[in-house]
Amino acid sequence: MSEDLSSLSAEAPPAARHPGASRLSAGARRPLGWVERVGVLVAYHWVLFKRTFHGALVSRFLLPVLFLASMGLGVGSLVDESSGGVDGVPYLIYVVPGLVMVTAMNVGVGEATWPVMGFIKWNEFYRAMLHTPHRVLDVLLAHWVMIAFNVLISAGAFMVVAALFGGVDSWWSLLALPVAVLVGMAFATPLFVVGAKAANDSIYSAVFRLVITPLMLFSGAFFPIENLPFWMQPVAWATPLWHGVELGRAAFLGGPVPDLWAVHVGVLVAYTLVGAWFSVRAVRDRLVA
Amino acid sequence: MAPDLLLTARNLTKKFGDFTAVDGIDVEVRKGEAFGFLGPNGAGKSSTMRMVGAVSPVTSGELRIFGLDPETHAQQIKARLGNCPQKDLLDEELSVEENLWVYGRFFGLSKAEVRERATELLEFAQLTERRADKVEHLSGGMKRRLVIARSLINNPELLLLDEPTTGLDPQARHILWDRLFRLKRQGVTLIITTHYMDEAEQLCDRLVVMDKGAIAAEGSPKDLIARYSTREVVEVRFDADDHGAFADSLSGIGERMEVLPDRILLYADDGDAATAAIADRGIDTLSTLVRRSTLEDVFLHLTGRTLID
Amino acid sequence: MLGYALWRFVLLRDVLAFKRMWWLFLSGFVEPVFYLFSIGIGLGALVNDVTTDQGMVISYAAFVAPAMLAASAMNGSIADTTYNFFAKLKFSKTYDTMLATPARPWDVAIGEILWSLIRGGVYSAIFFVVALAMGFVRSWWAVLAIPAALLIGAAFAGVGMWATTYMRSWKDFEFVTLVIQPMFLFSATFFPLAVYPESLQWLVKVMPLYHGVELQRGLLLGDMHGGLVVSVLYLVVLCALGLWGASRRISRLLLT
Ligand SMILES: Nc1ncnc2c1ncn2[C@@H]1O[C@H](COP(=O)(O)OP(=O)(O)OP(=O)(O)O)[C@@H](O)[C@H]1O
Ligand SMILES: [Mg+2]
Repeated sequence: MSEDLSSLSAEAPPAARHPGASRLSAGARRPLGWVERVGVLVAYHWVLFKRTFHGALVSRFLLPVLFLASMGLGVGSLVDESSGGVDGVPYLIYVVPGLVMVTAMNVGVGEATWPVMGFIKWNEFYRAMLHTPHRVLDVLLAHWVMIAFNVLISAGAFMVVAALFGGVDSWWSLLALPVAVLVGMAFATPLFVVGAKAANDSIYSAVFRLVITPLMLFSGAFFPIENLPFWMQPVAWATPLWHGVELGRAAFLGGPVPDLWAVHVGVLVAYTLVGAWFSVRAVRDRLVA
Repeated sequence: MAPDLLLTARNLTKKFGDFTAVDGIDVEVRKGEAFGFLGPNGAGKSSTMRMVGAVSPVTSGELRIFGLDPETHAQQIKARLGNCPQKDLLDEELSVEENLWVYGRFFGLSKAEVRERATELLEFAQLTERRADKVEHLSGGMKRRLVIARSLINNPELLLLDEPTTGLDPQARHILWDRLFRLKRQGVTLIITTHYMDEAEQLCDRLVVMDKGAIAAEGSPKDLIARYSTREVVEVRFDADDHGAFADSLSGIGERMEVLPDRILLYADDGDAATAAIADRGIDTLSTLVRRSTLEDVFLHLTGRTLID
Repeated sequence: MLGYALWRFVLLRDVLAFKRMWWLFLSGFVEPVFYLFSIGIGLGALVNDVTTDQGMVISYAAFVAPAMLAASAMNGSIADTTYNFFAKLKFSKTYDTMLATPARPWDVAIGEILWSLIRGGVYSAIFFVVALAMGFVRSWWAVLAIPAALLIGAAFAGVGMWATTYMRSWKDFEFVTLVIQPMFLFSATFFPLAVYPESLQWLVKVMPLYHGVELQRGLLLGDMHGGLVVSVLYLVVLCALGLWGASRRISRLLLT
C-alpha cells in the first residue's frame, strides 16, 4: 500500500462546506497537526473546567485566603511584635510568596490525583480519547496544559487578594506566577505516575498526609528553613516547593536575583520533565497494553 | 493487497506477559461486508478488536487496516474508524449531546459539523428526547446506544462493534440490527463481536468462531451450519438430574448426539422422524422440541461447550 | 430490643477494615505532630513568647500544642463521620447490607461514632505522648486531656454525621471544608483571642473548636478557670444535639 498521506490532504476539495470536511469523507482524512491535537483535547478539559469551576472555589480561593488571614495577619502580628518580622520585612510580606507557592502546589496536586484516577480507572475517558486520533502523549499534554492554567489562575487570584491585604509591594511579584506554574507542574506530572499505577485511591490519603502536608509545613513557606534541625534542611532542598518558594520570595521582594536561580528553575523543570516521562510510560502500560 | 480488503491479519498474536490471548489468527475483511467474531468469554475477541482499533500493539504477526500498519499509522487508521468498545467509556458528568460533541471534536471536526452529525445520530440512536440529560441518568441500554452513536460521529468507513447489544432489551436490539443493516447498505464495513448466536446469524455475512484465542471455523452462518451441524435438532429433556444416563437409550437416533446437563441434543436432518423414533422406543421424556440448527450447535460441535453457560 | 447491642457488629466491621489498612489509619496522628513541629517550633522561633488570654506567658510551641490536640480530635472524628460515613452510605452500601440483619439505624450511628472515638482517642494519646516528651505538658490536670479529646471528638462526630445525612454528592463536602478549615485556623489555635479586634472576638467564641482549644490549653498548662466550665457545657450540649439529630435523620435515610 503506497498512499502518500500528505499529498492526499492537498487533493481534498478546496471549497468544502466546512473547513474540516475532508475529515468526514471516505479515504485518507486530513490529519490533525500537533497543536490541533492537543488543542481539541484541551477544549474538552475546558468544558469540564467551566462545569466544575464554581464547585472548587472554596478549596481553590477561599482556603488560601483564610491561611493568609490566619498566618499572615494573626500569627504575623505575634512575629512582628516579638522580632520585628523576618529578614527585615513584616511577616505578612514574608509569608505571601510562600502561600502563593503552597497554593500552586495544592492546585497541581489536587488536579493530578482523583481526577486522573477518574480518567484512567473510573470512567476511563482517557481510553475513549485514545480511540480517536490521539496518542498517550497528546492526551497527557492536553491535561497538563489545563492543569497549568488552573495553577496560574489560582495563584494569580491569590496574589490579587494578597495585594488587597497589603501583602504585595512590587510589580516584580508577577514573576512569581510562572514560578508558581512550574511548582504546580513539578508536583502534578509525577503524581500521574501514581494515578496510572495505583490499584485504588486510598494511596492518595497517604500522599497528602505523608508528603504534601509536611512539604507545605517544612519547605520554607512559613519560616526560614534555617530554623529547622540541620538534618532536615537537605530534605527541603530536595523538594520542589522550597525551590519555588525561594524564587517566589526573591521575585516578591524585588530583591537581587538569587545566585542559584538557575538551580532552582532547573530542579523544578527536572521534576516536571522526569515526572512527565515516567507518566507517559505508566499510562501507556496501563491503557495501551 | 487487493484494494477491497479493509483488514488483513496474518498470524496475528496478542500476548499479555506469558498469556496468549490471541493465538496466530488469520482474518480478511472485505469492504462493505459485515464480519463477526463469535466466541465465549475470554476467547480473545476484545483483544483482537483493540488491535484492530489501533489502540493495542500487536505482539507478533501482521495486521493491516485500510492497508496501513497500526504500529506506524495509528492516527490515520483511527481517523477513519468507528470504535464501539465493550465498556462504554462515557463521560457521565456531561450530557448526552455533549458527549457526542466532545468526541467529534477529538477527530478535529468543526463545531458546525459536530452539531449537525450529533443531531442526526441522536435520532439514529433514538435519544433525541434525552439529549440534554446527564449520561449518569440514562439506563444501561441507552448508554449503549449512545456509545454506538458516538462511534459514528466521524462518519467511519469501518465500524468496530464489541458486543454492541449487550444490555439492550429485545426491542432495542432489533432496532439496532435494523440500523446496522442500513449502515451496511450505505457501504460501511462492520466488524462485530458477539456471543449471541441470533445476532451473528442476523448481522454477519461471514464470521469466525473463536475459542481460546484461536479460530475454530470460518464461513457464512449458513455454511457453518451446513458444515458442522444438521438441518434440524431435537432437544430432549427428561425428568431426571443426570441426563447422561439416558444417552444409551437414544443412541442411533439422528446423526449425532450432544449430552448437556439439562438436555440431550439429537442432530438429525428430519427432526420429526427422530421424535417419532424416540416415541417408537417407548422412552418416557419430559419434553421433545424440534428446532432449526443454529450457530450455537456449530459452536457446541466445534468446542464441545455451550456458548453461554 | 436495645439488648441486642448490635452496634458491636458495626464496630467490628470497622475494626476488620482497619486491620487491612492499619498503616493508613495509624498515620492519621502525624498531621498535628507536623503542625506542632512546623508552626509551633519552626515558626515559633520567630515568635518567642506568647501571652495567653488568661495572662500566662509561655513559649509559642507550648501555646500551639494544646490547640493541635483539640484540632486533631476534631479532624479525626470529622473524617470518620463525614467522608468515610458518606462513602459507606452511598457507595459501598455497607449499611444496606447491615440493615438486612436485625441491626437498626441507631446501631449504625452508635457503632460508627464509637469507632471514630476510638481512632480519635488513639491519635490524641500519641500526640499527647509527643507533647509530654517535648515538655509542653505542665500540669497534672493533663490526665484529663484524653477524656477531653474524646468529648471534643464526640461533639463533632454527632454533628458531622448529622450534616452528612443531608449531603447529596461529594461536591457538598466543600461545605465541610468551609466550616472546618476556618475553625482550625481561627479558634485561638495559632494566636490568642487578644489579637482579634474586639468586634470579632465573639465570633471566635461561638465556634466549638475554640472551646475545645481553651479546655485543652487549660488542662495542659494547669491554668484552670471558670470559663472552662462553660466550654465543657458547650461541648456536652453540642454532643447531645448532634447525637439527637443524627439518629433522627439516619432512621429516615436508611429505612426507605
Ligand atoms: N490487559 C490485559 N492484561 C492481561 N490479560 C488480559 C488483558 N486483556 C485481556 N486479557 C486476557 O485475555 C483473554 C482474552 O480476553 P478478551 O477480553 O479478548 O476476551 P473476549 O473474547 O472479549 O471475552 P468477553 O466475551 O468476556 O468479552 C482473557 O483471558 C483475559 O483475561
Ligand atoms: Mg470482550
